[in-house]
Amino acid sequence: MKHKTFFWFFLPTASAMILFIALPIFSIVIQSLFTPHDAVIIVTENCDPFGCKQETTIDQEATRDLRKSEPLGKFVGLEIYKDRGHLAVNEIKEIWVESNNFAEFRNNIGNLPFYRAMAFTLTFTFTVTPLMLVFGFIIALAVNSLHQTLKGLTIFFSLLPMIVSPLIGSLVLFWMIDSRGIIGEALQYLFEDPDLSLKASTGLTWVMLIVYGVWHAAPFSFVVFYAGLQTLPMDTIESAKIDGASRLQQVWYVVIPHLMPLITFVALMQLMDNFRVFEPIVGFSAEAHAQSLSWFIFNDLGGETRLLSSAATSSVLTIIGVSILLFPVLIRTWRDFNEKSAK
Amino acid sequence: MIKNIMRLVVASAIAVFAAPIFADGHGCKISARVSIVGNEFPAIHAVADGAKVCKGSEVKANLTADHQKINVAGMSGNPAEYTSAIIANSSIVALMNNDVIRPLDDLVAKHGKGLKKNQLITINGKVMAVAFMANAQHLVYRSDILEKAGLSAPKTYEDMLAGAKIIKDKGLMDYPLGGAYKAGWNLAQEFTNMYIGHGGEFFKPGSAEVSINNAKGVATLEMLKALSAYMNPDFLTHDSNATSAEWKAGNVAMMNMWGSRMGPLMDPEQSTPTVVKTTTLGDPMTVGGGSTPATTLWWDGWTVAKNISDAEAEATFIAMMNGINPKRLDDKMMPLAVWLIEGFKPGPANVGVAAAARMNAIPYPMLPYQGLLHSALGSEIVDFMQGKEDAATALADVEAAYTAAAKEKGFLN
Repeated sequence: MKHKTFFWFFLPTASAMILFIALPIFSIVIQSLFTPHDAVIIVTENCDPFGCKQETTIDQEATRDLRKSEPLGKFVGLEIYKDRGHLAVNEIKEIWVESNNFAEFRNNIGNLPFYRAMAFTLTFTFTVTPLMLVFGFIIALAVNSLHQTLKGLTIFFSLLPMIVSPLIGSLVLFWMIDSRGIIGEALQYLFEDPDLSLKASTGLTWVMLIVYGVWHAAPFSFVVFYAGLQTLPMDTIESAKIDGASRLQQVWYVVIPHLMPLITFVALMQLMDNFRVFEPIVGFSAEAHAQSLSWFIFNDLGGETRLLSSAATSSVLTIIGVSILLFPVLIRTWRDFNEKSAK
Repeated sequence: MIKNIMRLVVASAIAVFAAPIFADGHGCKISARVSIVGNEFPAIHAVADGAKVCKGSEVKANLTADHQKINVAGMSGNPAEYTSAIIANSSIVALMNNDVIRPLDDLVAKHGKGLKKNQLITINGKVMAVAFMANAQHLVYRSDILEKAGLSAPKTYEDMLAGAKIIKDKGLMDYPLGGAYKAGWNLAQEFTNMYIGHGGEFFKPGSAEVSINNAKGVATLEMLKALSAYMNPDFLTHDSNATSAEWKAGNVAMMNMWGSRMGPLMDPEQSTPTVVKTTTLGDPMTVGGGSTPATTLWWDGWTVAKNISDAEAEATFIAMMNGINPKRLDDKMMPLAVWLIEGFKPGPANVGVAAAARMNAIPYPMLPYQGLLHSALGSEIVDFMQGKEDAATALADVEAAYTAAAKEKGFLN
């Protein structure tokens, strides 16, 4: 392709990417390096239904002037990245000095929000991703071997968990697993423990979120793998059969290698999706037990506090986290691509 | 001619169906859009419904428990999406800090006839909000259960704890206590109540430096945890709505709950008959031998956005004034809250809040950095409540989290 033709073909994509991907990333990076100006505080007399008293308030006029002269705020460099809410550099140093052994060190680090969130996020990502791949694959194989008339209906029902919006899905489950809900009561009966509560235990909350994550994501890998199965070369399967390969051997040596590019694709998408796990935490009101970077961003942006610099910093850290996760897969794709083009 | 007849028909239809609202014979007319954002509970609904009665332009209301997550953002634009935010003494601070609400002095002079002086929230000499109700958390108990257990209404949290043990031991209830202990804002509010009850100070005098890691803070946490042992094990996911539902289902015997929630608990249409008959309001409790009740006084009021046209501000003011029109205080609206509106007569659902005021409860602090501490409390004392760390560590975590946030916001260097 001529360079000029390529340029014109690529231009719409490039401008969309710059507008919707590059610029927002640039913006959060900048915002994470600045904080609001020091508040100009004054003591004023305030009155409410319960009487008048001297109270501290922000001097809006003085603060407005400060804001106008430097609208971006105060430049702080990497301070926010290093503070306790994020990488907690100083706190980690202190913990390292004070801890007597590794277990204590690990425990104390678990007390810092960022690392607590990472512990859950990584556990979630690395259990949900493989499990949903396996389940999706099994469902796809099962549906593929069904009789033609049953296929349509089965596919529809298998896709339902993905069709339900994550927040609604998790809310529905949230009430079912409540200690007075249908699943909650059933579990109490099964384990003969009337105090059993999925929501009160960190371990069980994690299990619940992971089960939900797999339930919600498996249909996605199912539908991709099912599409892949339709392109399976039948002659290879037949020759494998003639060679005496069992059903398991056929799957292992023929089907899986054939689907490998799709498996990589689904794994890539899911690693990314699961790393920014968010809706189940809100839906299950699980913030007491499980937090993620996305939940921090949500929490920073809302409420009475509105820590915008902190939210920007968490966003940058999320991008860095996703890049690290995807790095091995990207390297692999790059190598495959080079091998192919070398041939 | 036909048009006129149609008008007459419509007008008489409105007059018939909305007779209680238009009792004074004329409605409220506005000429620009009104858009309200606010919390979601019956009293707020009643005010928003009153504003919606206004004719001439559209009146929208977005009432949600997540109002604090959206009100600042929804009022920061120019023009602002929301022309009015219904807020309380804690949440007005965020609107003040971000400079998104306008002084109301001119509108009060023009349209504010009938407002009482104590309804005007003045900050640095300017009216910034119009309060319409007072609120406080106080004791509510089931008289039948307490009678069966041979108890009288607890005066202190220590009494409550002892009573809960008796009710549980007698097998009357598995989880006799309730409370809005959901991780986050609600749990932090319970800490605030209990810490004030212990006589604690949140900050070093005259500064934004936090000081809660002390004996009073530890005692506060220990009490919260002791109470939670008698609650539904899911307590860290229960907000006021979920706790009210537990109460209505008859699962709870005693709890510290918002005055504004009492109406529905005693409403035969929403609650079970025994619960309706035996729900009894008590005074706010004290703790640790103190005399200040372990609760905070609140006002709820409305504001007008800054980034809107004068016409919209005026329309908003008129509509909101209609929402709190004394003529709307009928049998349905009266018991919903302790109204600061002229003509309010306290009923059986309001005695708790009145008691809080009588006992000189402390208003929730209107400090620019109180919200940061509230957030830090809401997320950092959770580990303690789950038994994962001791009280001093939890309080040190709160202080560290607050300090990081206060530095970012420019309150500390």
